[in-house]
Amino acid sequence: MTEQQALFKYCVRLGDNALIQSYRLAEWCSNAPMLEEDLALTNMALDMTGRAQMLLQYAGSISGEGQTSDDLAYRRSEPEYRNNLISELPDNDFAFVMVKQMFTSTFEYFLYLALMESSDKTLAAIAAKSVKEARYHMAHTSDWVVRLGDGTGESNRRAQEAVNALWPYTGELFETDDVDRLLQEKGVAANLEQIQIWWRQYVIETIPAAKLELPSDDYQHTGGRIGVHTEYLGHILSEMQYLQRAYPDAKW
Amino acid sequence: MVKISQSRSQILDLLSSIPDPEIPVVNIIEMGMVRDVILTEDGCDVILMPTYNGCPAMAQIEADILVLLKREQIAPAKVTIVLDPAWTTDWMTEEAKEKLRNYGIAPPLHSSCNSDQFARNTIRCPICNSVQTSLVSRFGSTPCKSLYRCDSCFEPFEYFKCH
Repeated sequence: MTEQQALFKYCVRLGDNALIQSYRLAEWCSNAPMLEEDLALTNMALDMTGRAQMLLQYAGSISGEGQTSDDLAYRRSEPEYRNNLISELPDNDFAFVMVKQMFTSTFEYFLYLALMESSDKTLAAIAAKSVKEARYHMAHTSDWVVRLGDGTGESNRRAQEAVNALWPYTGELFETDDVDRLLQEKGVAANLEQIQIWWRQYVIETIPAAKLELPSDDYQHTGGRIGVHTEYLGHILSEMQYLQRAYPDAKW
Repeated sequence: MVKISQSRSQILDLLSSIPDPEIPVVNIIEMGMVRDVILTEDGCDVILMPTYNGCPAMAQIEADILVLLKREQIAPAKVTIVLDPAWTTDWMTEEAKEKLRNYGIAPPLHSSCNSDQFARNTIRCPICNSVQTSLVSRFGSTPCKSLYRCDSCFEPFEYFKCH
């Protein structure tokens, strides 16, 4: 694997995470429990669509095959997607999306903070913009996790169920593979072990503050890095890619 | 070989007539979105910096620039989007911030986006200048704004977030 191939894979991974999260967040449009949260969740979706667009565009520019961001988003099948499994899980509950986004936004905040120092200037520039958004998402979702966990018996129960269900999907965020190792040596990629330390520190302070508990079982799912996904990603893509699949090259 | 009769500064002046599509009281130069105008033998290249990731106004601004340059017969012309350096609200001019305030939008506090204390900053009401304000919603009608309420004059207002 050349450095260029690794960088392509790295940008696709970051771009896919943003894209799939954006899809799930956009599903909340008109479904949130209050107007302000409808605005919040769809604003977060918009931030992530923009981030995905920049990352996939950059990936296409370094692949040597000249794909556009749309080519990468709409013309890859499920096993070619490299997002973390947590981003494709369906949100059946408001507490679920808030806990999920608290876990992932906190990860993204520390990830993009580290990537601001990347030796790759474009990645560093995308990180500089993304870190500000991620910080905002992290503050917003953390507030809600505390509000729900420390709220009524019912909101606490649902938030705790979300923590229990999502915890086994958080370990994957920090998995390091050959792509990471090669790019870390060149000063391009972030050190995920270090990010895990910062992430854990934030999470183990926030969860008890929300009167919630982390599960004692530390079993972790895996698969996203090699394109083995949950049953949900195929359903997302079948809807998201429908138009380009049915009418290739259709233009708005 | 292309000959463009207007100078770089004349073109920058022309560009200052393009308003921000979401906040028409400020123009794209005051917002700090135009990094440079480069005139070469190949034509005119406007270097533009995106404000918020995914902000739909960017596509409109790009189109507005191309229409303006065509009208002024500045050709060939193109717009290049650059990500590095990353745009920040610190590049908004004081004049633009004053215009925002008069328009009813509290302008961004400078550089506070780089602090974890950002949520605790005091945002002044753009209508009565009171510091007794509270956050209603972190997210607003566009990616760049959040919603506040003034506890003195009770008017709701938008705050242009630090970025």
